Amino acid sequence: MYGKKVKLRLVFLALILASVILTVFLVLQSLKDNVVYFQSPSEIKSLIELNKKKIRVGGMVKEQSIFINSDKVNFIITDFKNEINVVYSGAVPNLFAEGKGVVAEGFLKDKNYFTATKILAKHDENYMPPEVKEAIGDN
Amino acid sequence: MLANQIGHYSLILGLLISILLCGVSIKDFNNTNKQINQNILSLSFLQLVFVIVSFLSLIISFINSDFSNETVFNNSHTTKPLFYKISGTWGNHEGSLLLWLLVLTLFIFLFLIKSREQPKKYRILTLLFQQIIIIGFFLFVLMTSNPFNYLFPIPSEGLGLNPILQDPALAIHPPILYLGYVGTSIIFSSSLAAVAQNYVNKEWGKHIKKWVLVSWIFLTIGIMLGSIWAYYELGWGGFWFWDPVENVSLMPWLTLTALLHCIVVLERRAALTSWVIILSITTFTLSMCGTFLVRSGILNSVHTFANDPARGIFILIFLFALIVLSVGIFFIFHKENNKSSNDFFWLSRETSILINNWFMMYFLSVVLIGTVYPIFLDVISSEKISVGPPFYQKLIVPFLIPFLLFMSLGPRLKWIKSKIENKNSLIITFVISVILTFLIIKNLTTDLLFYTILISAAFFLFFTTLKELFIKKFNNISQTISHFGFSLLILSILFNSILSSEIITNIKIGERYDYNKGEIFFKNIEERKESNFKSIIASFEIKNKNGKTIELNPEIRIYNQPVIITSEADIKTTLLEDKFLVMNLVKGNEYFNIRYQIKPFMVWIWISVLLLSLGGLMSLFKRKI
Repeated sequence: MYGKKVKLRLVFLALILASVILTVFLVLQSLKDNVVYFQSPSEIKSLIELNKKKIRVGGMVKEQSIFINSDKVNFIITDFKNEINVVYSGAVPNLFAEGKGVVAEGFLKDKNYFTATKILAKHDENYMPPEVKEAIGDN
Repeated sequence: MLANQIGHYSLILGLLISILLCGVSIKDFNNTNKQINQNILSLSFLQLVFVIVSFLSLIISFINSDFSNETVFNNSHTTKPLFYKISGTWGNHEGSLLLWLLVLTLFIFLFLIKSREQPKKYRILTLLFQQIIIIGFFLFVLMTSNPFNYLFPIPSEGLGLNPILQDPALAIHPPILYLGYVGTSIIFSSSLAAVAQNYVNKEWGKHIKKWVLVSWIFLTIGIMLGSIWAYYELGWGGFWFWDPVENVSLMPWLTLTALLHCIVVLERRAALTSWVIILSITTFTLSMCGTFLVRSGILNSVHTFANDPARGIFILIFLFALIVLSVGIFFIFHKENNKSSNDFFWLSRETSILINNWFMMYFLSVVLIGTVYPIFLDVISSEKISVGPPFYQKLIVPFLIPFLLFMSLGPRLKWIKSKIENKNSLIITFVISVILTFLIIKNLTTDLLFYTILISAAFFLFFTTLKELFIKKFNNISQTISHFGFSLLILSILFNSILSSEIITNIKIGERYDYNKGEIFFKNIEERKESNFKSIIASFEIKNKNGKTIELNPEIRIYNQPVIITSEADIKTTLLEDKFLVMNLVKGNEYFNIRYQIKPFMVWIWISVLLLSLGGLMSLFKRKI
């Protein structure tokens, strides 16, 4: 009934629409599983129930809190209101130091202990991740 | 001091010439002469010269450590090696924008010279659109990011360049990346001009293809240089982190690659005209978006320079204006000019290119959403999230399987209507790929089924293109080389990720660390003083199972200005694998944190990207040979 051209266009449109729906579906599905939320030590303290998913904790490395032995790095992240103990075994970045901003990625053991799987520090010592800045407020 | 003045006034003169150029061009537009007014060419050349002068002035200020210039003060230091003083010119916000301008003016000048065969009105319109972008950037540079701002009193010493930027790969990375990135502006301007002139046809396709190729080659190599830098300088032992800034350069690459394939359809069959235009506009828009995201400081990344909201807003408004302009032109002027072009048979070269485009758009959507979604969520709900590599891998890797298969079959199809030839040989190749893959990886990974399918698909493309390179007479050697390079890239990346191993531990000087495959011995450290940093060079002896030892000397550098500690990994590269050792210092501790990695086929990742670009390069010069 319709010309070949119109039919072809309809097929195209249908395909494009289907692709878009499929893409959106896949992306949303994957976002649900693979997004890492960021929390400050204070936010963790006020949690009602512990989340088993991977999170990021950010703040400052507390002065004189880094202890290293042959397979672990222990330190404390503070936002000057609350703090959390971090246990980590892995490579530390260059700018990881006491009194500097840090973001640790990993899992909560309880409200006081965090097992980090990755430590992120930015490559400029004046640079502070916006999350950390927000977490420690203006002080 | 003098250089500063010259640089600043050159910029202003360049801007004035832009305005003059627009005037002369508009006047010449309706002139009946066949060729464009010679003055236009001269003015464009003059504009380029002024930008070059301005750029050279900035370089001279950097070389002389002229701290009366604010940009130099912020980004340089007297003790910095000459090479990095020069590369420091574009290693900062102001300088890199000047580089933008340089590429913008260079490309339009080259375009004018190289397009003599093209219709006059089309050339003038391209010039006008390009001048709109140029004027925008002149204003941007002069108003918000002037590289020639005065400082008084003159400081005696500068603040220095971030040491991680002091690296040969990163010194040449921006110019090459920008040639690709900003090069897309000419595709944008010219496609708008072609639409307005109803000139979107085979001739235009043939002519603009060269520009697409040039941008694509530079962008590909630029992205690779960035990856190489990240690999050895950041010490993370990888080459692609799905970092927002990396994604920002990948997005125009994806659309540009799609465009490159579509242009071929346009050139042959005068089809897909609207789609080509949309891709041209999108590519440049994505380049601009990238600049906006990086410069505005919205993105939280290791790469972002110091930022300033005013700059962000300026680019955003400018970007918005360009999009409105281009979409407006597209809807008002664009006509589908050929009805035969809409005949598509399901099995043909065109369909295979459409499928390629489908995949490119899908990959683009994934990267775009992954990059922008966190920003969006932060704005609407102030929830902070990050989207990491698993997100991208999960969404992209499975789709590589059909993508690779189509890539093996597509180029064997004919235009308009085709059937698959040599079915048997293809089936045999496929079976060989599957068996080979299975034999290689059966003991390597737990996810056997998935990786067998994925790697088989890559091997299939590898063998089909390899066979074509050896047996067939070359009907399209450039394309075959690029596709071969791509299969090699995917194979190297996959085997690299499956076979990599790493050991992370904290170790004291004189200690030995045993691991299941050998031993790491931390022999000693040696301190050395260089002009702008102090370095601690360690020597490690690594013994493998067979008792063979190698020595690796990673280094920690403590830079004077700014005081930054960096780790220089020591990498032993062979054709089969890279041995990578990086050491970190934790202040006030006797333990050093080390990370020893074995990364197979690393060098092949770089080689395959070079092959990919080589294909593009050969396509560019094909007609001349």
